[in-house]
Amino acid sequence: MGRGRRPAGTYWRLDPDLVARRARRLRVERLYSWGLGLLAWSVVGLIAAILGVIVWQGAPAISLEFLTQPPREGMRSGGIYPAIVGTLYLVGFTIAVALPLGVGGAVYLTEYARPGRLTRLIRLAIVNLAGVPSVVYGLFGLGLFVIFLGLGTSILAGSLTLALLILPVVITTAEEAIRAVPRSLREASLALGATRWQTVREVVLPSATPGILTGIILGMARAAGETAPILFTVAAFFLPRLPVSIFDQVMALPYHLFVVSTQIPNMPVELQYGTALVLVGLVTGLNLLAAAVRARYRRARRV
Amino acid sequence: MRNLRALEGWIYERLVALSGIASVVVMVLIFLFLFRESVPLFRDVSLRHFLFGRDWLPISEPPSFGIVPLVAGTFAVTVSAAVAAVPIGVGAAVYLAEIAPRRLREGLKLAVELLAALPSVVIGFLGIRLLVPWVKAVFGLPTGFTALTGAALLALMALPTIISVAEDALGAVPGTYRQASYALGATRWETITRVVIPAARSGLLAAVLLGFGRVIGETMVVLMVTGNAPIVPRSLFDPARLMTATIAAEMGETVRPSEHYHALFAVGAVLFAVTFLVNLAADRVARGREAR
Repeated sequence: MGRGRRPAGTYWRLDPDLVARRARRLRVERLYSWGLGLLAWSVVGLIAAILGVIVWQGAPAISLEFLTQPPREGMRSGGIYPAIVGTLYLVGFTIAVALPLGVGGAVYLTEYARPGRLTRLIRLAIVNLAGVPSVVYGLFGLGLFVIFLGLGTSILAGSLTLALLILPVVITTAEEAIRAVPRSLREASLALGATRWQTVREVVLPSATPGILTGIILGMARAAGETAPILFTVAAFFLPRLPVSIFDQVMALPYHLFVVSTQIPNMPVELQYGTALVLVGLVTGLNLLAAAVRARYRRARRV
Repeated sequence: MRNLRALEGWIYERLVALSGIASVVVMVLIFLFLFRESVPLFRDVSLRHFLFGRDWLPISEPPSFGIVPLVAGTFAVTVSAAVAAVPIGVGAAVYLAEIAPRRLREGLKLAVELLAALPSVVIGFLGIRLLVPWVKAVFGLPTGFTALTGAALLALMALPTIISVAEDALGAVPGTYRQASYALGATRWETITRVVIPAARSGLLAAVLLGFGRVIGETMVVLMVTGNAPIVPRSLFDPARLMTATIAAEMGETVRPSEHYHALFAVGAVLFAVTFLVNLAADRVARGREAR
C-alpha cells in the first residue's frame, strides 16, 4: 500500500550542490593519492637507481683476476680475493654460533617458557639487543673477546661479535616460524607417547625449518655487510695471504670497501665500484634467497 | 633405554633454557663491559668535564675529553634525518597499506627490504662518490663533507624501518573501522586521515622512534661523509662529528688501556644509554597499542 503513495524520487533526489562538492572533493583526493603514490614510487626509483649505479659502474671491474687475486700496488690494482674469502669465513663461523643459540632461544620461548618475569626479561633483552648500535657491539667485542678473553683480533673474536649482533634477528624469525606450527601436530606427537623433547626435535623443528632458514639467511646477509663490529675485532687493512686458523686476522669485504673509498689516495674508481658490487651482490643475493624461501613456504602452507 | 632417552631430553632441555637466557646474559655483559671499561676514565677526568666539556681533543697535550661537540653533531644530524624521513616514510606507508593495489604492494615491499639490506658502508661509499660533490657544487661550499650530507643519507637509511613498522601499524587497524567510516559517507581520504591514522597513532609513533634509534646508532655512513671535525656545527652546512664515528675512527689508534681508550668506551656507554631509552620507549608505545 505504501508503494503507490510515495512521491516518486523524493528519497533519491540529491542536492545538486552537494553532489558537485563531493565530486570536487573526490577529484582533489585523487590528487592526494597520486602524490602519495609518487612519493612511494620515488623511494623505489631511488633504490633501483642505487642498485643500477653499482651494477653499471662495478660490472667493468669484475673479472676472474679481480675475484681470484689479492690486491696489488697498495690496493690500486689486482683483486679482492682475500676479502671475499675473509667475509665467507666470518659469515660461516658467525652462523655456526648464532644458529644453535638463536634456534635454542626460540624453542625455549615457544615451547618451554612460562609467562612470567623471566620471559618478560628475555623479550626485553631481545628487543634492546636488536637496537644496540653496531659500533657498540664492536666495543663490546673488543672489550670481552679480544682483550678480556685474550682471543686477540681474530676470526673467532669477530665471528662471536657478529653472532651476538645477529642473534635477535635469528631468534625473532625462528620464533615466528615455530609459533606457526599447528598445535595439533604437537598434540598428535605427544599422544603417540613421544616426550616433549622428541616432539620438538622430530615434529616441531622439521615443520618450522623453512621459516628458520629464512631467518638464518637474513642473519648471514647482515653479518656479511657489517663493518663497525669487525673494525677492532678482526678486520685487517691489507693481508695478502689467507688465514690458516681461527686466531688469524682476515680482510673483509665491507672493511675493504671502506679502506679503498676513504684511505687510499688516487684509488681507481672502477675498483671501488667493483668491490661495492661484489658486496652488494652477496648481500642482496642472500636477501632475495630469503624472500624466495619465505614465498615458497607461504604458498606451500596455503595448500 | 627409556632412562637414556629421558636423560637426553633433560640435557637438551637445559641447553635450550640456557640459550633462552643467553640474550639476557649478553645484555648484562654489554652493560657491564661498557661500564667497566669507562669507569677508569673518571679517575683522571671529572664526569662534569666529560659531559659538559666543549673540547674533544684526545691526542693533545694535555688531552681534553668533552663530549659536547660529539653530542651536538649527533643531535644535529640525526634529528634532521628524522625530520626528513618521517613524512616520506609515513606517506609511503600510507600508500602501501591503504592505496596501493595488492599486486604492486609485494613488489614495493621487496624494494624497501632491499634498501634495508644495503650495507651502510655501501651507502657511505655512494655518498662520497655521488652526493658529496653534488652538495659542494649546489650549495657552493668549501667541502661537501657536511652534516647535511650525513643527514640526507641517514634519512634514506631510516626509511625502511619507518615504512615497514608504520605499514604494520596501519594494517593492524581493523577493517570494521574503515567500513564504519565509509558507511557514514566519508571518502577514502577522510577515512585515512580521520580514522585510520588516528587509530594507528601509537604504532606510527613507534615507527618514528625505531627509525630514530636506527639512525642514531649508524656508524659507517657518518664516518665517511660528515667530515668529522670535532666542533659544534653552527649550521647543517658545517662538518660535524658524531659519537659513533668518533669511536670507529679513533679506537683503532688508541693505546690500550689508556685514557683515550676509556673515554671512547664512555662515549659508547652514552650512546648505548640513549638507544636503550629510545628502544624501550618504542617498545612501550607499541605495547600500549596491543593492550588496548
